[in-house]
Amino acid sequence: MKAFRILTAGLAGLMIAASAHAAGGAAHPHEPEEGWPFEGVTGQFDQASLQRGYQVYQEVCSSCHSMKLLSYRNLGDPGGPFYDEAYPNPNDNPYVKALAAQNEILSPTPNEVGDYDFRPATPADTFRSPYANDSAARAANGGAVPPDLSVIYKARHDGASYVYSLLAGYPDEDVFSERVVAEASDGGTPDDPSDDTPAEVQTVIDASKLHIGHGDDHYEGYLIQNAGQYYNPYMPGDTVPQFEGDPRHAPPGGFLAMPPQLVPGRVEYSDGTEATIDQMAYDVAQFLAWAGEPKQTNRKSLGLAVMVYFGILAILLWFSYKRIWRNVEH
Amino acid sequence: MSGHESSYTPTNAFTKWLDTRLPLVRFAQDTAINFPTPKNLNYWYTFGGILAVCLVIQILTGIILAMHYEASVDGAFASVERIMRDVPYGWLLRYIHANGASMFFLAVYIHMFRGLYYGSYKAPREVLWILGCVIYLLMMATAFLGYMLPWGQMSYHGANVITSLFGAIPLIGESLQTWILGGPSIGNQTLQRFFSLHYLLPFMIAGAVILHVWALHVPGNNNPTGVEVQDVAKDTVPFHPYYTVKDAFAIVIFLIMFAVFVFYAPNVLGHADNYIEANPLVTPAHIVPEWYLLPFYAILRAITFDLGPIPAKLLGVIFMFAAIAVLFILPWLDTSKVKSMRYRPVAKQFFFGFVAVCLLLGWCGAANPDDAVIPALQGDPKLVVSYTADGQEATSEYKGGGEAYIDAKRFMESLPADANPSLSAVPAPTFMFRHFSLILTFCYFGFFVLLFFLGLTEKPKELPESIHKSVLKRHKASASAVPAE
Repeated sequence: MKAFRILTAGLAGLMIAASAHAAGGAAHPHEPEEGWPFEGVTGQFDQASLQRGYQVYQEVCSSCHSMKLLSYRNLGDPGGPFYDEAYPNPNDNPYVKALAAQNEILSPTPNEVGDYDFRPATPADTFRSPYANDSAARAANGGAVPPDLSVIYKARHDGASYVYSLLAGYPDEDVFSERVVAEASDGGTPDDPSDDTPAEVQTVIDASKLHIGHGDDHYEGYLIQNAGQYYNPYMPGDTVPQFEGDPRHAPPGGFLAMPPQLVPGRVEYSDGTEATIDQMAYDVAQFLAWAGEPKQTNRKSLGLAVMVYFGILAILLWFSYKRIWRNVEH
Repeated sequence: MSGHESSYTPTNAFTKWLDTRLPLVRFAQDTAINFPTPKNLNYWYTFGGILAVCLVIQILTGIILAMHYEASVDGAFASVERIMRDVPYGWLLRYIHANGASMFFLAVYIHMFRGLYYGSYKAPREVLWILGCVIYLLMMATAFLGYMLPWGQMSYHGANVITSLFGAIPLIGESLQTWILGGPSIGNQTLQRFFSLHYLLPFMIAGAVILHVWALHVPGNNNPTGVEVQDVAKDTVPFHPYYTVKDAFAIVIFLIMFAVFVFYAPNVLGHADNYIEANPLVTPAHIVPEWYLLPFYAILRAITFDLGPIPAKLLGVIFMFAAIAVLFILPWLDTSKVKSMRYRPVAKQFFFGFVAVCLLLGWCGAANPDDAVIPALQGDPKLVVSYTADGQEATSEYKGGGEAYIDAKRFMESLPADANPSLSAVPAPTFMFRHFSLILTFCYFGFFVLLFFLGLTEKPKELPESIHKSVLKRHKASASAVPAE
């Protein structure tokens, strides 16, 4: 009977674990070696990293990805990247004002003659979107809409580590090679250039040279990368259809329409930090973790107070219970 | 309203005046203060109080959330995030509400299993049990409607799966589905009616709860021995302060667990895909309902075969609804005169088996039906080369490790150019979640059938004469077992 009860309790735990079970054959995202500073019960965001992360978003990501749920004023909120104690109302923060004004937006409200003007953004405006609508975004990106990044942290399992791993996880240059699928042809008439066809070249990845995360899995074969598609081991998907090799041992991950964005020195950090791929991925992932859930540090600190309160209350109630029931056999 | 005699005496002129017009104070005294309650109730009996707290929390947070929520397909997703960002403590309200639903179900499941174990559904408490089932059904409807409101990917596609179940009903199914959705597909009108109903149903739950408490107070509480109260003075204590303080302690312990989720893991019970705005054109790889509906989802998907003229889909729907409907007739299915499973050695074993079956069904509901239950037991996938030979489709299979691939590759190269070969991996046949859910579904229903026959044949243990005697006996036993104390 005891064993049955223990089994039942174990099953309950299993069920909770299973409901959080992730689908897809992507490599498991890994967190940076020193972990994330905002995780844990007393975790806090690293403000300098948030500022650098905003810079990466602004200079790299924002040319394709919107963040519609954020306003520039959020940057100056308590806990935000550019919070300044002198300006409890972030709309007054001159630094935030200047950051907003760097973006020219189409005013959401008409001017006095009823036209919509382009004007520099104010802290009250939402982040500038790179495209007017999804159709424009799709047309400009080979049919794939770049996802909005406002809550990407919550929209992926282990969001910050996912962003970090994905951005820094594209394969190294040395795994790529090109091979000719169809030779260039002059159409049989060397003098007539109108029927010439150029050589058809395919980009292939030598899977045996892939190093994914900290794992030592080895893959044998070639991944064919179609034009406009980029392999990433952390992207949920299926590589089997594109894999020349044993389909039972295809590399993890999938293909996405975003080419690798981060190359060393892509941004020049104003605080002098060296802009390595890892550093930029780390900073922007932390920025997106803040943007996805800006109140998470407040939440955890309030949680601590609530726990202490409930803990004391529970102890008091326990002794009240013992005292009230002391003369009743039950 | 309650079955015991009123012990209230008005003390001053005003209460005397009021007592002859609207005996409100008398009612409160009799139901919540002096109500005689068996003195041997254990902590499993505190979940009624916990559930009342859950309902109040859900209604209070829900009313405030509704002040800020925008029920439109263009604004719903953004408005939920705006609550989390711009409404003071909006993140707290929303996380309490979202996790509160899970906590509500956790508590209700424990409450129901407790009722099942101690036979609280048997005469004279059948109506009490049925009202509880009505509440449970309303809770599931409310939770399903509420899950639609954030307008995320799981909201949309989950609602699509569930509403299409109604479409499986013969003759009226399609019209019914259109009527529920307010159109041919889920749209703004669906979201608005779901919001309206999500606001309405909790008050219907509150109404059913009042009836539930009423039906409780007529026969009084059941208790772990299942023996009815014989001597009010010896067997019972007044509800206040004895059970108010015990319930309060249990409620605070429950709230601590609740707070761990709200403050430290607010999204762990949800699905990440629901933070992607609903997009009818992109279907998530793996549609799953919230954890508390998973056992029923597993039953729904377990049926993959047609039965005579009944198609598999309809059969799945019938089984899923039957899994809930069977609870309503439970008081008449169980033939045993003994209430508590403490005194039913055989039924008790099956009860714990039933709990395990329910949990395993939940596990199956979360899993992909075609995945192996125990991946370690699944053999290597085999390689299949498909090609055309003499205008006919043909396949060739290769089993084994790395050498199988080399053999397959060599075979593909040996084929003529027009054979057009392709290579694929076919998983080895194994025991899949689909099969496991089917077995568990039969175990689930089997338990109720078994209760019927078990009651006729089982020889129960000797029942205690009264609650008071059983308490004394237990105390004596524990005193002699620990003489040093």
